[in-house]
Amino acid sequence: MMTVTANSVFIDNQPVELDGEINLLSLVRKVGVELPTFCYHSELSIYGACRMCVVEIEGRGIVAACSTPPAPGMRILTNSPRVQRVRRTVLELLLANHERECTTCEKNGNCKLQDLANRFGVRKIRFGERDMKLPIDDSSASIVRDPNKCILCGDCVRMCSEVQGIGILNFANRGSKVQVTPAFNKKMAEVECVNCGQCSAVCPTGALVVKSQVAQAWKALADPNKIVVAQVAPAVRVALGEEFGMEAGQIVTGKVVGALKRLGFNKVFDTCIAADLTIMEETTELIERLEKGEEGPLFTSCCPAWVKYAEHNGSNLLKNLSTCRSPQQMFGSLVKRYWAKELGKEPKDIYVVSIMPCTAKKFEATRPEFSVDGVPDVDLVLTTQELSQMIRESGLDFAAIDPDSFDMPFGFTTGAGVIFGASGGVAEAALRAAYEIVTGEVLEQVNFESIRGFDGLKEATVNLKGKEVKVAVVHGLGNAKELLKKLNSGEAQYDFVEVMACPGGCISGAGQPQAVDMATKKARARGIYHADKLSQLRKSQDNPVVAKFYEKWLQRPNSHEAHETLHTSYSTRARITGEDIELLNSDREHKVDLAVCLGTCCYMKGSYDTLQEFIRQAERNGIKEQVNLHATFCLEGCEDSPSVRVNDQIYGGITAERVETFIREKVLPELERNKE
Amino acid sequence: MKIDSRETLNTLGKTWKEGFAKETARILVCAGTGCVANGSLQVYEALKEEVQRRNAYVTVEMLLEEEQSGTTVVKSGCHGFCEMGPLVRLEPGGILYIKVTKEDAAEIVTALLEGKGPVERLLYKHPITGEIYAEESNIPFYKHQTRTVLQHCGVIDPEDIREYIAEGGYQALAKVLHEMTPAEVCQEVTDSGLRGRGGGGFPTGRKWEATRISEGEKKYVVCNGDEGDPGAFMDRSVMEGDPHKVLEGMAIAGYAVGADEGYIYVRAEYPLAVQRLKIAIKQALEMGLLGENILGTGFNFRIKIKEGAGAFVCGEETALLASIEGERGMPRPKPPFPAQSGLWGKPTLINNVETFANVPKVINDGAEVFRQSGTPKSPGTKTFALTGQVANTGLIEVPMGITLREIVYEIGGGLRNGKRFKAVQIGGPSGGCLTEQHMDMELDFDSLLSVGAMIGSGGLVVTNEDTCMVEFARYFMNFTQNESCGKCVPCREGTKRMLEMLQRAVDGEGRPEDVEILEDLAEAVKDGSLCGLGKTAPNPVLSMLKYFKDEYIAHVVDKRCPAGVCKALLGYSIDAELCKGCSKCSRVCPVGAITGEIKKPYRIDSEKCIKCGACVSSCPFKAIKEG
Repeated sequence: MMTVTANSVFIDNQPVELDGEINLLSLVRKVGVELPTFCYHSELSIYGACRMCVVEIEGRGIVAACSTPPAPGMRILTNSPRVQRVRRTVLELLLANHERECTTCEKNGNCKLQDLANRFGVRKIRFGERDMKLPIDDSSASIVRDPNKCILCGDCVRMCSEVQGIGILNFANRGSKVQVTPAFNKKMAEVECVNCGQCSAVCPTGALVVKSQVAQAWKALADPNKIVVAQVAPAVRVALGEEFGMEAGQIVTGKVVGALKRLGFNKVFDTCIAADLTIMEETTELIERLEKGEEGPLFTSCCPAWVKYAEHNGSNLLKNLSTCRSPQQMFGSLVKRYWAKELGKEPKDIYVVSIMPCTAKKFEATRPEFSVDGVPDVDLVLTTQELSQMIRESGLDFAAIDPDSFDMPFGFTTGAGVIFGASGGVAEAALRAAYEIVTGEVLEQVNFESIRGFDGLKEATVNLKGKEVKVAVVHGLGNAKELLKKLNSGEAQYDFVEVMACPGGCISGAGQPQAVDMATKKARARGIYHADKLSQLRKSQDNPVVAKFYEKWLQRPNSHEAHETLHTSYSTRARITGEDIELLNSDREHKVDLAVCLGTCCYMKGSYDTLQEFIRQAERNGIKEQVNLHATFCLEGCEDSPSVRVNDQIYGGITAERVETFIREKVLPELERNKE
Repeated sequence: MKIDSRETLNTLGKTWKEGFAKETARILVCAGTGCVANGSLQVYEALKEEVQRRNAYVTVEMLLEEEQSGTTVVKSGCHGFCEMGPLVRLEPGGILYIKVTKEDAAEIVTALLEGKGPVERLLYKHPITGEIYAEESNIPFYKHQTRTVLQHCGVIDPEDIREYIAEGGYQALAKVLHEMTPAEVCQEVTDSGLRGRGGGGFPTGRKWEATRISEGEKKYVVCNGDEGDPGAFMDRSVMEGDPHKVLEGMAIAGYAVGADEGYIYVRAEYPLAVQRLKIAIKQALEMGLLGENILGTGFNFRIKIKEGAGAFVCGEETALLASIEGERGMPRPKPPFPAQSGLWGKPTLINNVETFANVPKVINDGAEVFRQSGTPKSPGTKTFALTGQVANTGLIEVPMGITLREIVYEIGGGLRNGKRFKAVQIGGPSGGCLTEQHMDMELDFDSLLSVGAMIGSGGLVVTNEDTCMVEFARYFMNFTQNESCGKCVPCREGTKRMLEMLQRAVDGEGRPEDVEILEDLAEAVKDGSLCGLGKTAPNPVLSMLKYFKDEYIAHVVDKRCPAGVCKALLGYSIDAELCKGCSKCSRVCPVGAITGEIKKPYRIDSEKCIKCGACVSSCPFKAIKEG
């Protein structure tokens, strides 16, 4: 029996010594009582909404353990009749309003609500059924949102805004009509969602799930006219084992390859070789920038969620974003462009399936610039979880699968390619290359410890032939946002910045086995660096196969050929999608199309007044019947707003005062021209 | 004009008081929301014109700046007797005219200027006794009140800071700035025993002290003017009728806790209150009673107005703070309390309008005097909005500890139309019922809590025998369900299910097992909810189940509404004694539920009957009964 001190509290009448616990929840869990929660995550702010972690404090009544700090002398009951009543009622209320199609739910067997209902033995629900059926949003390439399964714990809302700094999801409406939704009930694909999927990674139910494409994979595998090849991302090999009862971080590369072959893949390749290739291209890009002394840092572009984030939020940073395609897309491009030819096949005959820890990769593969003549470079992206689903479905005993090795030529990798899977890995691999390329010396100490690990912002400085090159590594887009602020204000200066959207990097991707605890993430990262250590070669520039690719196909890094195959370009997404608003409609034969931009910049500079002035002036000039006038969103002339489009020509700086002259000088002549 | 020292404040106050004293007569037209809606602004114009026509009109400016006397016509704040509006008060004498129209202007002015005595037809006549009252303070509705917070409402022009100063306004602020340390101010408020008037009744001084000792360079004072309860309008009346009192209370609080910035959160549905507050802030800034270096003491305090968008939950302090920050109005878990981490994470003192309005009195008179009214644990007065089935409804202010009997029968004038008293719902959707057995209980924060009710926002709805308490509880539950922010499960889902059960009961579809489930659920929601809204949402249900369980059981088991309110539970029957067999009812019945032979009593088939009531109105012999 523990002794009672002035610093003791009593949990279910047992004295417990306080040790700086921030809340009752951690204290109670410390003594081995697993309080249930839906809305508590240590990396998110305390929300206190699900009311599952309630405890009874003598003299104070029922409180939520997550939001109550312990105080000496407290007498806490964790399972009193009042506590039981609240917990059971909450569960019953949630279940009553939940679309209970559990057996066919994507989260079946992996659902916290199901789990707790089972744990608390809820067998009967005293209340009515859910009375509304809201539409399912499957517009996103990565995520499916089913509001009918949402329990409104707000985990996704806080993840998206607090950790990722984006905030596309929030609460709307009041009372029982409350919903978590993008603004104005838009679809996920229509808002600034970057497809990182972290919302689904914290969702306790099937309200936000990764879009499953397993069926397409089976279909391709069954197609005798297709050569189906797999590429396996680095982070997959340290996480897939968890799905089959192995420890987090255990390296199961051989088994993954073996399993994929047993599933029927014709070839199984390693994305890491494309990562080595990325390093060759990106490092060359970096060195060129440094030599030219270009302004601002070079940002990595491996992470498709980060790339989309940049496209949404920083039209001025796009010029600093590396033009390198991500390893996934470099791989797809090489396979379809060159390897197919070597086999004597057309690109459409090869079906590339990526096995990724990532949900944004699903979106990336669908980007139009990554298709050639309608044939995508990567045909299908499966997450680690989807692969485990396929393995289970096929009945394979994962533990018993004989390890196999990757097929050539895309099977030989270095440790530098493997560490892409953890935050800091890309920067470390780039530094290993940059040092040797610039100095011509051999880098003995290849480990850059300062940019490993889970700190929000990690830094390293490397001396490259007398130039101090400053490198920053951020993970989690919220951290990236902070860094961008500092870069913009001049508070921080770097030459090279690695950004990964998911906290911890790809190992914590939303396609990985669902694990939000830090211990699992750390174990996976250890696995990645362990794999690096075990590698025969640890620098991308030493990869003989990559060297061969250059020799055979690509000439040299950043050559014209390499650019065609391995690089891309970006465009801003800072516009509102949707229909224009028609204000004047002309059915005349001779007419002019006029559009006034009401996007943010233009609106702030008075484009609404411009629009009204156009209507007034059209009337005054007697041309109202000859004008098609639309209000539109973002003509991308943000710098010289308000923007106006006349037929296909865009003009800037058209304030309300300038409308009269503008009509005389541009619109009337245009009408005249039409008549001719 | 800048008032840069305490001496200037005193001198000007004296000068203005003397100036106002020069008026021979004053006509105050109520410009509260209720009276304005009933046309009081037209009455004001008509009266002014009439006085001008007789060359007796002076403006306040003329009084103060020239040696002149005459009659002023000014707009005042709310008197609280809104159902009698538009109200016009005459000084000297404190005569109150009710239901005044612009056509009455000439008669009023003639009587006033020619010294004819009051116009009798415009005076208040007691609906039961028929007695006529000329002086406002003698009317039973007012006679039993103790108006301290509302002391200026209806008496001064809220849009003229000079009237407030002439009445001793801003003296309390001057006193704390010159004579007291912040700690002493907090101590004085603590000693006064003042408790938060927003409903919870938390000791105000403790909140002040907690904010004072909270570390932080930047602190805020926030005034909660988000009065969202249906039927409550006490805070609105104070903000409209005596805005400077609220500003003064906030400035004192600012000094006491070390804040230099304040926010008043007012719902946008109170445009007049917003307007009056804006005028008051502007005038106080111009005079230097807000802003930098107030009264030359180096104390700075500014006040901003934030208009709320009408969510009931924003009356909850943490949701209110979130709303000021531009976030969705959702409560945050406490701790941390606003005193530690409030607006934008800074230590914040948040009090209700009426609480701040009590502060100048506490400071001016001292804690000792303040404690003399009210009860030992709930000193002072409380304003209530008295509505429902009583003869006189309106805004009242009474000392804590008053009995329900005094409020209902003396101030309220008893029940209308000789009906029998049934219950009083106190505290709106968060409160509970008081019944006949509580008639002589002393009302204060603690006594109410002990019987499952609460002062809440201060709404008092009196019901009579014709009120169905199940429907009454359903009404409030519908309100809270619609206003739940949806954050925590018990409130969002629990109110939905309680409403579902109550709706079933009034629709005649109640189930016997609902009785137990409803009670269990109500207790769980009360225990489990995150904020005050959810924790108190089951109160109307629990109190209905406590005092009127029979009525609920009648609904769900016997399928009967004893008060005869719930349509679905009404049955129609034909009194065979009275029925002459004329067949009219059977001809109007849209579903053919009434059959019979001419000249013999008809019958209603209750299975077919859709309870439309058409037969009742068609019967020339009143032979068809509901119930």
